[in-house]
Amino acid sequence: MEQNFVYDLIGENLIGYVIVAAMPLMFVLVYALVAILGELKISAWIQERLGPMRTGWKGVLQPIAEVVKLLQKEDITPANVNKPLFNVAPFIMFTGAYAAYAVIPFSSVFVPSGINIGLFYVFAVSAFAIIGIVMGGWASNNKYSLLGAMRAAAQMISYEIPIAIAILAVATLAGSLDMQEIIKQQAGGIWNWFLFGGTGSIAKVWVIPFTFALFLIYFIGSLAETNRVPFDIPEGESEIVAGYHTEYSGMKFAMFFFAEYSNMFVVSAIITILFLGGWQSPFGDFMNGPVWQSIWFISKAMFFVFVQIWLRWTLPRLRVDQLMYVTWKVMLPVAFVAFFAVAFWAMIK
Amino acid sequence: MEYFKNIFSGISTALVGMKITFSHLFEKNVTLQYPDTYHPINSGDMPANARNRIDVDIEACIGCLACQRDCPVNCIKIETVKAVAGDEPMGKDGKTKKLWVSQFDIDFAKCCFCSLCTEACPTDAIFMTQVFEYATYDRKDLVYHFSDLSAEQVQAKKAALAKATAEKKKAEAEAKAKEEAGKNEA
Repeated sequence: MEQNFVYDLIGENLIGYVIVAAMPLMFVLVYALVAILGELKISAWIQERLGPMRTGWKGVLQPIAEVVKLLQKEDITPANVNKPLFNVAPFIMFTGAYAAYAVIPFSSVFVPSGINIGLFYVFAVSAFAIIGIVMGGWASNNKYSLLGAMRAAAQMISYEIPIAIAILAVATLAGSLDMQEIIKQQAGGIWNWFLFGGTGSIAKVWVIPFTFALFLIYFIGSLAETNRVPFDIPEGESEIVAGYHTEYSGMKFAMFFFAEYSNMFVVSAIITILFLGGWQSPFGDFMNGPVWQSIWFISKAMFFVFVQIWLRWTLPRLRVDQLMYVTWKVMLPVAFVAFFAVAFWAMIK
Repeated sequence: MEYFKNIFSGISTALVGMKITFSHLFEKNVTLQYPDTYHPINSGDMPANARNRIDVDIEACIGCLACQRDCPVNCIKIETVKAVAGDEPMGKDGKTKKLWVSQFDIDFAKCCFCSLCTEACPTDAIFMTQVFEYATYDRKDLVYHFSDLSAEQVQAKKAALAKATAEKKKAEAEAKAKEEAGKNEA
């Protein structure tokens, strides 16, 4: 298999499978620590504070301290919860978030599973997170948790449809649902990225506003998908305590937290793949080796993680009805129009 | 039209907000890193009349209990022993004092830093300092003992006082007896 350098090295056997399955997990663990530190530091800098400064050099060990703290906390299961559902919910949420890594191509020579419907698969498993949220919220036997879960369900129906149309538009443009194929079609520098209408003659400029709109729609929808500000309505600290994870503590809370952070990377990676050329170098074939590709891919995705953190400290939370307005009345019609325009371009190209 | 205007203003105002937060990202931080690089006492930010931890100059204390009586939270505990003639504590002004202060305890766990004691003190023996970092792991460690007499010394003073009182009483009784004897003779 040319899609996976691990199989080339040690053959397609059980050890190879285990290594391939564990590699994204290693990445997620390291990434989560970096993202937590980034969240702490960027929030501090935006507010002109210093952030954590006492754990390690300039506070770089703070995420490790936080993880150790969460591990030490008492694992409380309240008396009147539905125990099986309550206990399994955080792990389902994380499973959904982690399952998406199976098809994310980090480089042209590494994708854990190069299935030809990768985009569809990611869209399917990312809906898992909402099952975990609703399960946890409902099983908690707490009115705030239930409110959070209900809001999450309402939010999910709202954002999934514009996101689906945005993904569909890119699939039309690429003519494929295979992640690697979508990325390969964006080869040849920034101008060929799907954000700028993909490859084609100069006549493609008329389609750029539409692809740009789709990019914005996917990005806004991805904020809603990861329950981050301004769409942290299911958590809504000032309104419903902590929403669906009000009753959770210790390791189970840590799993929710972890799932949220890995989901942030997943949606950022999808944006990168769909609109910013995935692992393609912005300079065409220059600096486009397999290692460079993974560096480009991770730095592009991390940029969007940064934007998500940045937005969190910029915008206030939307009300539920405002979210409904944005998704149903603005994003959905715009996405439809953009989809038709892109589909038309894909047809005549 | 209103609809498109709303979309446009929604996106543009979000971008304006992002621009503002991004500019703050690189601005100078206002955090003062106490106690590593900033300390209110070393930098002179602590006001001269700040109400912090109390200190007692036990040499100046005359054991009048004015502070103990004024304390609204009863955190000061003073015990005194009357001084025996010839063994009197020396005050700061060079004059002898009439009382040994055998116990002068302040419980800073209770102290409310109202400064009423420092105002009541006739000799300025109890006063406010600049010290504010004296947290401990045990509440008992917050009871400060200011008396400079050891337990043995207090015992000795008490014994001396008891002896002196007993001698005085004896002398009085003898004098009385003598007087009565004189009366009887007369």
